[in-house]
Amino acid sequence: MMVRTRQSFWRGFWDCAPFMVIVVPYAMLFGVVARDAGLDIYQVMAMSVLVVAGASQFTALALMQEHAPVIVILAASLAVNLRMAMYSAALVPHLGHLRLRTRALISYLMVDQSFAVSVRKYAEEPDMKPDAKAAYYFGALLAVGPLWYICTFAGAAVGQAIPPMFSLDFAVPVCFIAMTAPMLRSLPHVVAAFASVAGAIVFSWMPYNLWLIAAALLAMIAGAQTEFYLKRKAQA
Amino acid sequence: MIPSALFWTVTILLGIGTFFIRFSFLGILGNRRMPEWVMAHLRYTAVAVFPALVTPLVLWPGGQGGETDPARLIAALVVFLVGLRFNVIAGILAGMSSLYALQYLLS
Repeated sequence: MMVRTRQSFWRGFWDCAPFMVIVVPYAMLFGVVARDAGLDIYQVMAMSVLVVAGASQFTALALMQEHAPVIVILAASLAVNLRMAMYSAALVPHLGHLRLRTRALISYLMVDQSFAVSVRKYAEEPDMKPDAKAAYYFGALLAVGPLWYICTFAGAAVGQAIPPMFSLDFAVPVCFIAMTAPMLRSLPHVVAAFASVAGAIVFSWMPYNLWLIAAALLAMIAGAQTEFYLKRKAQA
Repeated sequence: MIPSALFWTVTILLGIGTFFIRFSFLGILGNRRMPEWVMAHLRYTAVAVFPALVTPLVLWPGGQGGETDPARLIAALVVFLVGLRFNVIAGILAGMSSLYALQYLLS
């Protein structure tokens, strides 16, 4: 029993290990950019430890620099993390049996890569034991989770040494565009992205960064409506 | 500069918020299903927020009323195309290096 659990743990670790290639530079970039935005090293680390979500951290950072109202910063930064609610729902059948404390730990450290690897594994091996599933998940988590802290710190430590000629302010939009491009895999996603850009321009007159909330709502509705339309057309 | 009070308010609330998003089903809602129309909107949150957030940073760098910078405009396009064709990291690398190349050529 113990042996099998340990085996699952390390299988999870190695299956998720290739994603280190993504997590290391991404975490470092956050450290560098956050220092460039004027945060001290404790603040940078506090963000990575408390929030543990790159997209939310970058969004909050960009909006804090503009001194947007707290409520707008929170709405936008939480919205980009809402996909985690879908992950949470998807994990219930596999990890819902664990103790509350363990589920809280899993939730705190939920990241895209370990989720993706684990769910794929659970689908491939439907008769995996509950203990093995949990061990596998924690293995996958260990491969990328701690790196998030370590590499944020590494980035923050070298961050201030990078001169302004490297235009680090532009690393934030570059990062967001690079993350968005691979998401455009269906027509509703493309429509939502276009509505989002159009909304940002049309609503740019709004105060308190409310243009961002307006554009995001418009884009979500555009995406969902396109999806409904395509479904209706397929059924007709 | 980011005011310290703003930073800590946002970071602590964001920490609590992101935790509860992740804990939602696993810890509280369990197997309960969300209505399909809610899920349909949730699917597009990321593609709804990121492009809007990026648009002014690309079109008007340096805050509102900033001037459009051709180097940044082209670099943004490069990131998009490389990110679409290859992956996130390749997109970031291609974007930043094309920005440096363009800044050098256009200066």
